[in-house]
Amino acid sequence: MRITVNVWRQKNADAKGSMVSYALDDVVEDMSFLEMLDVLNEQLTLAGEEPVAFDSDCREGICGSCGVVINGVPHGPEVTTTCQLHMRSFKDGDVIDIEPWRGAGFPIVKDLVVDRGAFDRIIAAGGYISVNTGSAPEANNLPVPKEDADHAFEAATCIGCGACVAACPNGSAMLFTAAKVTHLGLLPQGQPERESRVVSMVEQHDAEGFGSCTNIGECTAACPKGIPLDVISRLNRDLLGALAAGKA
Amino acid sequence: MPDPPYRGRVSTTQLKRVPASRSTVAWKYAMAVSGLIMVGYLLLHMYGNLKVFAGKEAFDEYAHHLRTIGEPLLPHEGLLWIVRVVLLVSVVVHATAAVKLWRRNRTAAGISGGKRYHSKQGRTGIQRSYASFTLRWGGIVIALFIVYHLLHLTANVIHPGGASDSPYDRVVNGFEIWWVVLSYTIAMAAVGFHLWHGFWSAFTTLGQNHSSTRKASRWNYAAIAVSLIITIGFLLPPWSILLGLEG
Amino acid sequence: MTQDTLNTASLEFHDVGEDIHDDAAPSGPIERRWDERKFSAKLVNPANRRKMSVIIVGTGLAGGAAAATLGEAGYHVKSFCYQDSPRRAHSIAAQGGINAAKNYRNDGDSIYRLFYDTVKGGDFRSRESNSYRLAQVSVNIIDQCVAQGVPFAREYGGLLDNRSFGGVQVSRTFYARGQTGQQLLIGAYQALERQIAAGTVEMHSRHEMLDLIMVPDADGTERARGIIARDLVTGEIETHTADAVVLCSGGYGNVYFLSTNAMGSNVTATWRAHRRGAYMGNPCYTQIHPTCIPVSGDYQSKLTLMSESLRNDGRIWVPKKAGDDRHPRDIPEDERDYYLERIYPAFGNLVPRDIASRAAKYQCDDGKGVGPGGLGVYLDFADAIERMGRKTVEAKYGNLFDMYARITGEDPYTEPMRIYPAVHYVMGGLWVDYDLQSNLTGLFVGGEANFSDQGANRLGASALMQGLADGYFVLPSTLPDYLSAGAVRARPDDHPRSSRPVRRSRSGSRSCCRSTGPARSTPSTASSATSCGSTAAWSAPRGPDQGHRHDPGPQERVLDQRQGHGRGPDLNQALERAGRRGRLLELGELMCIDALHRAESCGGHFRAESQTEDGEALRHDDQFAYVAAWSSGDEKPVLHKEPLEYEYVEMKARSYK
Ligand SMILES: Cc1cc2nc3c(=O)[nH]c(=O)nc-3n(C[C@H](O)[C@H](O)[C@H](O)COP(=O)(O)OP(=O)(O)OC[C@H]3O[C@@H](n4cnc5c(N)ncnc54)[C@H](O)[C@@H]3O)c2cc1C
Ligand code: HEM
Ligand code: HEM
Ligand code: SF4
Ligand code: F3S
Ligand code: FES
Repeated sequence: MRITVNVWRQKNADAKGSMVSYALDDVVEDMSFLEMLDVLNEQLTLAGEEPVAFDSDCREGICGSCGVVINGVPHGPEVTTTCQLHMRSFKDGDVIDIEPWRGAGFPIVKDLVVDRGAFDRIIAAGGYISVNTGSAPEANNLPVPKEDADHAFEAATCIGCGACVAACPNGSAMLFTAAKVTHLGLLPQGQPERESRVVSMVEQHDAEGFGSCTNIGECTAACPKGIPLDVISRLNRDLLGALAAGKA
Repeated sequence: MPDPPYRGRVSTTQLKRVPASRSTVAWKYAMAVSGLIMVGYLLLHMYGNLKVFAGKEAFDEYAHHLRTIGEPLLPHEGLLWIVRVVLLVSVVVHATAAVKLWRRNRTAAGISGGKRYHSKQGRTGIQRSYASFTLRWGGIVIALFIVYHLLHLTANVIHPGGASDSPYDRVVNGFEIWWVVLSYTIAMAAVGFHLWHGFWSAFTTLGQNHSSTRKASRWNYAAIAVSLIITIGFLLPPWSILLGLEG
Repeated sequence: MTQDTLNTASLEFHDVGEDIHDDAAPSGPIERRWDERKFSAKLVNPANRRKMSVIIVGTGLAGGAAAATLGEAGYHVKSFCYQDSPRRAHSIAAQGGINAAKNYRNDGDSIYRLFYDTVKGGDFRSRESNSYRLAQVSVNIIDQCVAQGVPFAREYGGLLDNRSFGGVQVSRTFYARGQTGQQLLIGAYQALERQIAAGTVEMHSRHEMLDLIMVPDADGTERARGIIARDLVTGEIETHTADAVVLCSGGYGNVYFLSTNAMGSNVTATWRAHRRGAYMGNPCYTQIHPTCIPVSGDYQSKLTLMSESLRNDGRIWVPKKAGDDRHPRDIPEDERDYYLERIYPAFGNLVPRDIASRAAKYQCDDGKGVGPGGLGVYLDFADAIERMGRKTVEAKYGNLFDMYARITGEDPYTEPMRIYPAVHYVMGGLWVDYDLQSNLTGLFVGGEANFSDQGANRLGASALMQGLADGYFVLPSTLPDYLSAGAVRARPDDHPRSSRPVRRSRSGSRSCCRSTGPARSTPSTASSATSCGSTAAWSAPRGPDQGHRHDPGPQERVLDQRQGHGRGPDLNQALERAGRRGRLLELGELMCIDALHRAESCGGHFRAESQTEDGEALRHDDQFAYVAAWSSGDEKPVLHKEPLEYEYVEMKARSYK
């Protein structure tokens, strides 16, 4: 099928970018979206133009590297990662707009590539359980109710892609932050640091320039892993508890 | 928040942190609490307004009664002033937080030149409610309305349809004029939309949502109910008066 | 051809050097060796650790765990990865699970049994000492991960759940739904971020190691003292120095046409170390996974694995008649060949990976393959759906079916799925001793990047175990021994050697920038690096002819095929790919030679002329019971043999019939 893509081109972090239009003649339905971009890049290279920069690695929907805004929706029309989106979701003659994640917390590096280092720093601020290697007790000493373990797992499946920020009208990273707060806060191992963790992570979230959450829910709807919205409420509850306990 | 130029990532950049007690989440608590206080007031206020249907005497008596509750324990208009102070604080806190977060969020969303994404598709979001678009401008409409409304019915400064010392007369005189009713209707629509999203949002902000999406949450339905009750409840008197249904 | 002529034939391509030995492993009873080694290791005073620096390349399970643990101990760690975040290392993609000899099921498991299974599963081509240690620390790994908050699957009583995994009879695999690798890596990543915040680890993401820096110390001993890396964002070529270098840069499965590896997985780090003198161990040992989604077209960029667990309930078949292009549902039962059930009645569809993969390939070679290009066999759930009901099948395999449907656009509930084997893991890697130190002093190697524990074939769920064993427990115990020996006197920064490789790397990047060529990393333009030797195991999913081409092309051609485009010195992904592909091509040549020289079949390495009557791998223990460690040599690669001895497990033929 033939399609046209409008791609955000921006030379580097400081340059001004713009949308540039390219036509692609033989796109196959079974192609993944990124394979379509591979083909575009080959076409550009042969024409002596600079290929479009975009991130991807696993192409299996698990590493969280990929992610662009497709027709105004992060990761495009299906609830999945960009690498797992296939061209059969589009039809002959479509015009597809492709843009990078936008947000103060995600400065653009080049074309469709953004810097998501802020996410790492939010985790570094407290998204862990402080246990040095070697000091762990026997694993089965502490049973965890299956239901809690399953919920924790659900929250822990976040791949750190950043679609939640790109989707949130406020550029908030609350879903990402709250997913980690929830994952660790639901487990008995995570209790000792539960209050200090949420305090620290929220402070870092704000310091990175992300917006506040107005509970609009676009994040959950765009999230390829379906991180549920109640994690945000849980974060709010935990922070309220921490503030009430004078932990901040 | 200034964007540090991208230099690869060598180590954790420690950006300036604000204590969690003044974080965006804390500001949201303030908004939620002040918003809910105002919701509570509106419910009572609406109940009071419905007394219009009980006739002039009852209504004026009610208005008078509001000013004498608690006497002699409280001075004349004592409770009213307590309510007024609480409301004033709420509205100031609420509006301050609204402005502060609004400005922050515009930057955070990476809006430049008035837009975030260039694509003309997907503008209405994936699942967001219409109400969620109206919060901010709707808030401003409400703010303007409050000023207008106080001048009209409380301070007796402007008096479309004729001045009177009887609150009942002020209400009835005013609402016999179509554009007064229209202005109240617009304001009430704004309030309705504001609470459609706001009521759900406040409980979520306060940590009470346990559902995976908004649509699955009982607070979403509670919000729809509350906004309908408030909108319809408030609009009954003006429209009845305008249409001459009120006896 | 006889064995002898084969051996000499390969001598055309390589020389033979001296035998080597692993001097680091203590002798004595196998169950005490690791304790003894730890006890004999010299310790470093906590106050001095801060002054000692370690470079760790890679943030997968091995590198991430090592960096976090050494950081906790107080060393100054510099960590590198090419992705934008350490959390995205390829380990994240592992689905199935991680083994540990916990014996929670009380089904007769033990450290000894895991050790035994690993040695047998590796077809007697791994070291006993290493495999035993791996089994030993496996139990600590689970404790550590649970304490970090890794949400493993649990039973209703709240205790950890286990499942069984290919080729063993006990249930010892711990898992987190189909995302075990992700959960384990996130655990290590969080520990790493905690150290980054604490200031013990300096993180350099979007940095790619291009070369190793060796510097002589006062006594003239060459030591690994740093790396050359490219900042992928600015394009800057940088020198980083430290007291020791650890490579945990993962596997090189991408040497094949298509694999299940991440797009960026590469061999650059270990290959450059090899070029600087490190031995490459058993480079031809490759693992092929039987249940991947087949190729759909020539634009395809990679293959996707589906969990092996599908073989528990799905039945694998092909049409009896070659070239039968009827719709699968129109092919009547008696015209189908359930070949695994027919050939291996005992294990049926559950035979080990290498056997299932080979069998599928044979069917396709005979023209019975299905789907595009005839490269696929059916994996049919019709019987399972009838037997258990669609609901149960959905509950068990729903997410896999969804993934299949998303990728192929076909509905696996109504049509049989198509599967085909794909390259998935490499057992080969840099040669290391018991301490995980390579033959280059001060260069350590962990995880899939080393050759150490898996032998000629890896059991399912054992790579995650090895990565974390190396990272959390082995390296943090053996590295300090090296560091404490006062390795470090002269600061390497001012040594002239440190700047020379920089110049080399710079000009390398420049010449790449100049040459133009297709930028795509997809196979239609890719110079096929499918080259596992003319007689080696069948390899990439392109059919035998192309796959088996022995093609030790001259270096010039390799350079020609580097495809670098994009001009600026800044973020230049075409240049990244070109560099990676160049190193992979160089490696491909050595893999061919290794495969050619090993004139036997063992584990994943299969040669048609060395099989039993039933078509199973036939080892020649008298000639090949050794690790093939290759050094570069001046003209040809040089083979060094490390003889393998088995004191505990008796060498015998694997059988799964
Ligand atoms: C699809 C799939 C499923 C799997 N499932 C299982 C399973 O269920 N159980 C199991 O036990 N094993 C499984 N494996 C195997 C297992 O995942 C890997 O062997 C293991 O994760 C390797 O870990 P690692 O730490 O050695 O390297 P990796 O996780 O590959 O990490 C490599 C790191 O090195 C960095 N790096 C590489 N080159 C450079 C360079 N030049 N410069 C800088 N940094 C560099 C990368 O950025 C990355 O951080 C699976 C593998 C695949 C492909
Ligand atoms: C149709 C709708 C409404 C009607 C008929 C109405 C009517 C009145 C009347 C009659 C008074 C004067 C009461 C008195 O002085 O005794 C009053 C006061 C007031 N109203 Fe309303 N109102 C309406 C909607 C609203 C709304 C939507 C708001 C807020 C957003 C609001 C906020 C107030 C406030 C703050 C006062 C002042 C109370 C005080 O004296 O302190 N009203 N209203
Ligand atoms: C003075 C005029 C007002 C303005 C400018 C205003 C503005 C806003 C804005 C911008 C929000 C979104 C907050 C965010 O999440 O960022 C909001 C939320 C809210 N508003 Fe208002 N508002 C006003 C008046 C009111 C009134 C009169 C009520 C109640 C009757 C109200 C109730 C709420 C509630 C309950 C919320 C939800 C709080 C939360 O999300 O936690 N607001 N308001
Ligand atoms: S919460 Fe969802 S959208 Fe956000 S980073 Fe995690 S996986 Fe991506
Ligand atoms: S879309 Fe944004 S406003 Fe909150 S609920 Fe999601 S972060
Ligand atoms: S490339 Fe890994 S999630 Fe898409």
